[in-house]
Parts: sequence; C-alpha cells; structure tokens
Amino acid sequence: MDLNTVRQVKSPSSVDDIADWPAGHAWLSGGTWLMSEPQPGIDTLVDLFGLDWPALVASEEGLEIAATATIGALADFSAPPDWTAAPLLRACAHALLMSFKVADVATVGGNICMSLPAGAMVSLTVALEATYVLWPRAGAPRTVGAAEFVTGNHANVLGSGELLRAIHIPAAALKRRFALRRASLTKLGRSAALLIGTCGPQGDLVLTITAATPRPVQLRFAAMPGAEELQAALAAAIPADGWFDDVNGTPAYKRHLTVHFAEEIRAELAAESGGTA
Amino acid sequence: MTYSIDGRTVSAEPRPGQCLRTFLRESGALGVKKGCDAGDCGACTVWLDGRPVHSCLMPAFRAKGRQVTTVQGLASGHNLHPVQQAFLEAQAFQCGFCAAGMIMTVAALDEAQRADLPRALKGNLCRCTGYRSIADAVHGIAAIEQDLAGAACGASLPNPFSAGIVTGHARYTMDVDAADPALQSLLHLKVLRSPHAHARILRIDKAKALAIPGVVAVFTHEDVPKKLFSSATHEDHLVDPDDTLILDEVARFVGQRIAAVVADTEGAAEAGCRALEVEYEILPAVFDPALAMAPDAPLLHPGNDGLAGGPRGNVFLAITGEVGSVAEGFAAASVVHEQTYSTSRVQHAHLETHGSIAWRDGDGRIHVRTSTQAPFITHRKLCYLFGIFPHDLHVFTERVGGGFGGKQEMLTEDLCVFATLNLGRPVKWEFTRPEEFLGATTRHQMTTRVKIGATADGTLTALEVHVVSNTGAYGGHGGETLAAALGSPLAAYRCPAKKAEGHAVYTNVIPGGGFRGYGASQTSFAIECALDDLAAKLGIDPFAIRRRNMIRPDDVIQSVWAEPSDVAFGSYGLDQCLDLVEAELAGGGGEARPEGDWAEGTGVALAVLEAGPPTEHRSGGEMRLLADGTYHLAVGSTEMGNGSVTAHRQIAAAVLGTRADAIAIINADTDRAPYDTGTFASTGTVVAGQAVELTARALAAEIISYAARRTNTSPEDWRLSADAVESSTARIPLAELYRLAGAEGHRLEAKRKAYLSPRTIGFNVQGVRLAVHRVTGEIRILHSVHAADIGRLINPLQCRGQIEGAVAMGLGWALTEHMVHDAQGNVVNAALRNYHIPAFADTPRTTVLFADTHDTIGPLGAKAQGECAINAVAPAVANALAHATGVRFAHLPFTPDRIFDRLGGPVSRPL
Repeated sequence: MDLNTVRQVKSPSSVDDIADWPAGHAWLSGGTWLMSEPQPGIDTLVDLFGLDWPALVASEEGLEIAATATIGALADFSAPPDWTAAPLLRACAHALLMSFKVADVATVGGNICMSLPAGAMVSLTVALEATYVLWPRAGAPRTVGAAEFVTGNHANVLGSGELLRAIHIPAAALKRRFALRRASLTKLGRSAALLIGTCGPQGDLVLTITAATPRPVQLRFAAMPGAEELQAALAAAIPADGWFDDVNGTPAYKRHLTVHFAEEIRAELAAESGGTA
Repeated sequence: MTYSIDGRTVSAEPRPGQCLRTFLRESGALGVKKGCDAGDCGACTVWLDGRPVHSCLMPAFRAKGRQVTTVQGLASGHNLHPVQQAFLEAQAFQCGFCAAGMIMTVAALDEAQRADLPRALKGNLCRCTGYRSIADAVHGIAAIEQDLAGAACGASLPNPFSAGIVTGHARYTMDVDAADPALQSLLHLKVLRSPHAHARILRIDKAKALAIPGVVAVFTHEDVPKKLFSSATHEDHLVDPDDTLILDEVARFVGQRIAAVVADTEGAAEAGCRALEVEYEILPAVFDPALAMAPDAPLLHPGNDGLAGGPRGNVFLAITGEVGSVAEGFAAASVVHEQTYSTSRVQHAHLETHGSIAWRDGDGRIHVRTSTQAPFITHRKLCYLFGIFPHDLHVFTERVGGGFGGKQEMLTEDLCVFATLNLGRPVKWEFTRPEEFLGATTRHQMTTRVKIGATADGTLTALEVHVVSNTGAYGGHGGETLAAALGSPLAAYRCPAKKAEGHAVYTNVIPGGGFRGYGASQTSFAIECALDDLAAKLGIDPFAIRRRNMIRPDDVIQSVWAEPSDVAFGSYGLDQCLDLVEAELAGGGGEARPEGDWAEGTGVALAVLEAGPPTEHRSGGEMRLLADGTYHLAVGSTEMGNGSVTAHRQIAAAVLGTRADAIAIINADTDRAPYDTGTFASTGTVVAGQAVELTARALAAEIISYAARRTNTSPEDWRLSADAVESSTARIPLAELYRLAGAEGHRLEAKRKAYLSPRTIGFNVQGVRLAVHRVTGEIRILHSVHAADIGRLINPLQCRGQIEGAVAMGLGWALTEHMVHDAQGNVVNAALRNYHIPAFADTPRTTVLFADTHDTIGPLGAKAQGECAINAVAPAVANALAHATGVRFAHLPFTPDRIFDRLGGPVSRPL
C-alpha cells in the first residue's frame, strides 16, 4: 500500500552514507512487510538494495546469507551434497504464509528482523545455529547467535538504526541430520508450531521450537534424550504461560503440538541413529 | 525518469512511499486491482521483468528501468494470451475481480508449479468460484458452449463481459479515467473510526486537521443532517430500524465512523484523520447478547422501542411462534435431544471493497458511481437523507467485484454525496481491507438452543428452537435475519408441533448485515446438527431420519406460524437431492483416508429456502428492437458475480428465439434501467429474471403483431427466428422490420414489471466425507458432494459455479473463518492474512449434482440458486466430524485449536 507519510527515499551505495538515524527512518529491504501495513511513523526509507551485497556465498565454512538475499533465492539454493540439512532452506521458506511471489521479493534479513514467532527464517537460522552480523549505527560490527536475537513477539536486540548485515550458517550445522514438524490452522497457512531437530554424528540433539512460543526456544542434549527427559526439558524451558497467544492457535494447542512434535522429532532422529526410541 | 508499462513509456515520478499498484493505476493500467493492499490476495499481481509480484508490496521506484507487464499488456494485439483464453473458456471467474491477478500468476507458473496449484496459488484469493474452474483453466479444460439461436436457455454460455474481465479492461467501481471531465479536482474522503466500543464524543477539534495542506473539509456529527436511517437496504424501509446517523455523537462499536476528512489526496485525508483531536466520554460496553439482555446492561439505543413498540432495552426484536403444542409433542416422544449450537461472526470478504464516487454535473444533478447490490434503494435513501429531488440523483454500478450480501448496505454513498453537496467537487471514498472488518457488516453471530423429540421410529413429534442473534451496534437486517432464522430451517421438516423464540440483541460490536444464507444458515446449522444427534440416540441413519421427516410436496409449508403463506412448491426435488448425495458418497469417489492417525466420517445436511424474501421485492425490464435487428435490454438488478446478466440475456434470447449475443444489456442504473429492489435474497433469477421474461414476451408479441398488421395477416402465422420474423410464406429481417416501423413513427419496444409472489422453494443437500487428525486436529475434506434442486438450469456452468462458490464459502465458515474481538471490542484479525478465507489449498473439488425438475413458478422453469447451497455445508461438515470422532462439536468454526483436545488422540500430559 502507499506509505503516504514517506517524504524521501535514500539510496546509499555505502552504509557510511547514512550518518544519522532520526526517528522516522526505516531500512527498506524487500519491503513486503513494510508496504503491507500502515506505517504512519515513517517518513524516510533507506534502500538497502543499492548496497549490492552478494546474496548467497557458500564456502567450506558454511553459507553466508546477505540480509538482502531473497527468501526465494535461499529456497532455490543448490547446496553441496554433504550439506544434509540443506533441504531445511526450502522447507522453511515453504513454511511461511507468503506466496512464492512474495518470497521472490521478501528478504531473509527482513523476515528475521520482523522477529515474528512464525518467522521461519528465524526458525531456520536458529535451528542451524547461525550467527548474525549486526552493524550498529555507531561502533564496530557485532556478532550475535541467532538464538539470542529475537527477544519476543516482534522484538529483537537491534538498537536504533542497527542493521542486520549477514547471516552465517556454519557448515557443521548444515552437515547434521534433521527432522521438521509443522502445523497450521489452515492449509499451507501460518505456523502454529514449527519445530526443527538436528542431530550430529555424535548423536546429540538440538531441538528448536518456534511459532508456538513468542521467541525461539532451543534445547540442547549432548546425547539423544529419552522421551521422559525430553518432556522434562520442555517443561523446564517453557513455563505454563510461555506459549504464544494469537489467532494462529491457542496457547493450549501450541503446547499440545510442541509436546507431540518434539517427541516425533526425537523418535525419528533416534531411530536413524540406531538408538533407542 | 521513465517507466515501461505494458510496452508504453511512461514519464512520471512516483511519490517516495508509493507502491507500484497505485502508480500503475495512475498511469492508466486500471486492470491492476486492489483486493487487500497488503500482499495477501494477489489481485494486484503484475510482472516485473517477467516475474510475478504483488504490486501493492513493491515500492514503485523499484520498477524504474524495468519492464512492467499488467494484465492489460498480456495479450498480443487482439490475440488473447493462452491463459486469458483458458480463463475465458473455463469461465474461471464470477465477479472477475481476482481474475487479473490470477491470470498474471498462472501465466508465470512453470511446470512444477502448475503441478502444485495449492502452493503456487496460495497468494491468490478468489471469493466467488471455489477454485474448481480456475484449476480447469490452468489445465486447459473448457466449459463454454456455443450461442445458438433458440437454444440460449440451458446453454453454458460465457459471461458477456468475459473478454473485458480477462484482459483487465472491465471497469469496476474505482476504475475511472483520470481524464474524465466530470472527475476533475477529485477529492478523497477518509474517516476517523472510533477506538472505543461505546463512547460519547464530547468535543472534536478540527483545527489541526484543517491546517494540513490539502485538507479541504472536516465533517463531524455537528455538520450532517440529523436524520435517522438504516444502512440496510430493503424494499420496505420499515423492516429495518432507523437507528443510524450519518455521523453520530455516540460511538457504539470500535470502528464506527466519527468524522470524515476530505482532501486533495488520500495521504492528506489520512493525515487529517490522524490530526483530529477527539475527546470521548467512555461509556460501559457490552459484547455478549445474553449479558446485553440483562436489566442492568448498558443501553446502546436508549430510545429503542423495537419494531413492536414499548421499551425493550437492548432487544431490538423478539419473535415467537408455535404451531401445535410442543409440550404435548415432547411428552409423546420416545427420545428428546436438547443442545445449544452456535455460529461465528464472519465477513463477506468480497474482493472489491466498498467504495463510491459522487459528483455533480453542469446541470446540478448528482451522480453516484458505487459498488452496491441495491442502487435503487440507495437512490431513495440518499434522496431522503439530503432532501434531493429524485430526478436530480443518479446512482449506478458498472462492474461490481462481489457482494454476498455485504453490499446490501449503504456504507459509503452517504458521506460522498454529503461532501459533494457541500464542496461542489467530486468525492471518492474507497474502503481499505481493514475497514471491511472494522466498519462494514458481518454475518450475525447466533446461538441456538434446539430441543427435538421423536418416536422410536424417528418420526418427529416436536421441534423447538431458541435463537439469540447478536445484531451488533445497529439493527439493520437484524429483524429479517432473525425471521429467516426461524423460517425455512424449521419449515424443512414435517412435525406436528414446532415452536420458536428469537431475540435480536444490540451489543457494542460491528453490526450484523445481510450475508448469503441470511439467518437461515445459522439455524440450519443448529437444526441439522441436532437432527443427527437425535438420529444417533435413536440408532437411525442420518439419511433415513431426513427422509422420514422432510417436507413433501403435499405438505403445508410452514415454520411456526399458521397464517397462510405465499410460498409454494413450484417444483420438488428434495428426494432426488438426498438420493443423489447418498449414491455419490457411496460410490467410492474422492480421496482415500490419509495414512496415519486419522479418523474418518461422513455427514449430510439439507437445506430448504424460499426463492426470495418475505418482504416486498420487485423489478422491471425494458426492451426494444434496434436498427441492426438486435435487441436492447435494460433491467435494474445488479450483477456482482452472481451471473444474472448472463442469465437475463439467455432468458430474453430464449423467448425471442435468438442468440444471447443479440441482446445488449444495461443493468443497475437508476437513469437507464427500470426500478429494481436490488440483487439480494435470491431474487436475480426469480424476480429480475421474471421481469426479463415478461418484457421479452411482450416485445415478441409486439413484433409479431406489427408484422401481421403490416402484411394484413394473422399474428398466429408469425414467429420469431434469430434475426427475422417469419411466416410460412414470408420472412422479414428484423432490421427491415425496424426500418418499416420507424418510417411509420412506430417503435418496437416493451416494458414490464415483476413482483415476487408466490415464492417457489429450492432444495440443497450437502454430503461430506472427511478425515480429522487425532493429534493435530487438522481436517481434510476427502469428498464433497452437493445436490441442488434449483429447477431448470438457465446456464449449467454458472449454476455449478454458484454452488461451488457457496460450498467453498460454507467450508470457510465451518473450518477457517472467525472474526476475533478482544475484551475491549477491538477486532484482532482485520486482515486477510489473519482472517483466513479459503484459498486454493483449503478448497476441495465438489461434485455438483442437480435434481431434474422444472419449476412452475420461476422464469422458464428456473428457481433461485445463489444462496441456499451454503446453508447445508457447515452442518454436513459438523455431522461428518461427529461421525468420525463420536464427539459433537457444536460451535463454529472447527479450527484445529478449537477441537484438538476432544478427538480421542493422545492428550499431552501437563508439563
């Protein structure tokens, strides 16, 4: 929709061209959320596309995703064959409510910075133990773990004007096995619960719970837990009032799904490890 | 800087925050539609360098130096793009508002995407079709038949405006030429809406708003005529309460309009709304109709004396009735079942939002171009409100993008006309999508207690219902929907004793309005569920208990009132419908039960609906022979995707023995067509269609009579053919006859009026086989079957399409749609991404079957068909769910989070 309060668009070729960050400034990435709701507080858009960051760079270290890479490009990424977790890229892109047309424009960074519980780029990068490179308006770049970035529904650690520059997914995480479970109130709809488990060669388990909770919850087990241990860890990690309440599912339903999916994921990964269920 | 749009070079600079959608429309690409303006519906889809994008989400400046292709640039010359052609041949649209975006999306799909339409089309919503015809278009399956003289009625002819719809050139309400001389200096209107559910306005300070550059005027309750009216439209204005002011000093729901700001641009009008300073006295609010009926409840309308007189608190209307004695009936029953069922508040979500444009011409006449189902009633209401002499006002539609009852309401026209009268300039107001959820109308939420008794063999002895309807802050449609709720769903069954009591109650929520099915849907849900519950207690099959008790053609059609009624059996096919659905469900069609922890069940429900409202309803037609031997037809009724324009041409062509193509039609225009009450309450065929039939018959008689006079022969010798009037010995081409008559100063024309009485009766049966996952609560419709007795099919493909659309809408009501309010009365999900109407992925293919009947009341054997199909859908789903799980879910909708903990699956223990 038209953002009628916007008075100017700045298109810097370098972030250094943006000296100050008064109220009313907003970074413009794909713009698919920004343009989808009234933004009466915004008068200036700062276009990131002129920065021309390379979208996806694969190396032995892993995958470097520019914040401005589109979700569509990430979904279509051709990964090296030993990146066993790479199918998660497309699975998480498909977990979003957005159509492929929106995914072609919406960016990975935009989805992460929106920091919605059902933001599947958050789910993906937390599950794959990514780190984010943040560029504060003043001072040196900093790195935060994906799991620490989102602090609540539509809230994160970004300071005023601070920019998410890139997401780094380590190769080690991409070489793990994975299991994903998701449910929505409607067909191909917004997630009520999106759980991803990954398992390394040592049989450890990293379980990431998103959509059901206001911010991602990650449980780590050095060895594949049993069902009881997993449920106890869930109970310890998420208090009774810790489930997200919105029109995409009641808290009780999200808890129910999480309990069920967590066990399914555990059982699936345990079975593949040859361990006991 | 220049932009390339459909091969044109456009030199223009978008505003900094402008999206591509409005930039394209300003450049003349009016085929680019606004359904949501938020990336959810896809109506605005265009290509950017060949890739489809939602243009409402794309900053316009990003199109600089790139190739933009809209639906208007898709065809090469006069040759339609293959996807446009496929949409035309499959008639993959009804109102057509989604078609531009749908076509631009489908035309960009690769093979893999075409093989996965549920995912590929998740960003394109259609509220009319139920998606089957869209899938057919993608797969190149054509549905249209040839238009042959004398065979128009009963043929699957395409919508006459198909070419315009698939090329984006069809003009909907907001698709006006910026260069139109009448619309120069166009002003934009926006309203400030109440943030409070119940509040008195103490003061509105306009100063800051008026100081904003571009703001021309601010109107508040102090400025507008103090005339009470109802925004609901009916022929009889007295059936709706005059409880509404154009702008009121009391806000009775969150979203009620408080003040209107008129400005040179939409942006300035929005800024003006934000700058208004309003001081409110917050009043206590009540949202639950049961609480609103309590003696100490906050009063919404202290002057409410109801329709029957006397102080009534918040009860707008109470209706009761009884035939026989239910006390005796229940005493005679072997089994009595009693339970409360409830239905949810849902929104029409027609893809074209409400909106209108008003202007004054050089002669001082006011013109209103609007998106309405009732231009003539709107005309009358505007005349009343503003004291306009009827001749000085013209209300019309061009193409309307869906209605479903939501546009049986005057929601924008009054303020546009008021502003035009005051400012002398043209004024436009277009609802945003959130405004549809905040300030339009909804289906009435109803809670229904059903008590039903039968003897051991399943013969009903007594049926009693108590309905509480939440009419919201205003009472328009509240009485009529309540009456409908107590009508046909009870009349569907023979029962010696029936009793009903209903209350329509004011509360501080968005008002209820007309919505496809109109009250009958809500009680059909309750009664059809209760009948199954009773059958289960008796151990009787759901089909069997219906056959035992359903109304038969020799029965008196009555609900709970014994007075004579004008409803009559013009035909009867309910028995056929039940047989068809039962056989189809048993035939092994549909999908198999999925692997995993799924429970499977089947369910059925029936619905009976009078063709037309009990209130007065009338229409008129005018026809004349044209110089080239074709015909002109004018009829007042609105086309909003219901197919009436197509059907009316077919009716006229059938009577005149010609092709539908030989009938040019004008509709829904108070200047150019005769009076019509409006297209609502299933009247497009049975009233307006009847007017067309009568007019065409009169014109045929006139033509034959003239030919006989000219040749000194008897009229019995003559008959009409495709383009001539013929006898056994002579043939006069119609163009020649026109010339002959003209030379004598004689015009070959006719005008007739139609009135609705008696009303015939239609029947629908829905069957559903579904699976529900015992853990996630996901419901999959495996087989959806619908049988309809709608008399003779004027246009089989349109009839099928109407039913498919109604079934899809019914599935939305049953499974996904629910307007959620918070404790302060705010609508929580005022966007299509959070209020989920069925998308392609949610909508199963429905097998549509028709009873073989020919109606003796409706025109050419046809009956009404647009509404009734929806009434059987939700209860059939509910009954299938009960069959699958052994649990009765009695409250819509059945979203997984509302049912998961009673499905018998593993219940997670408390953590």
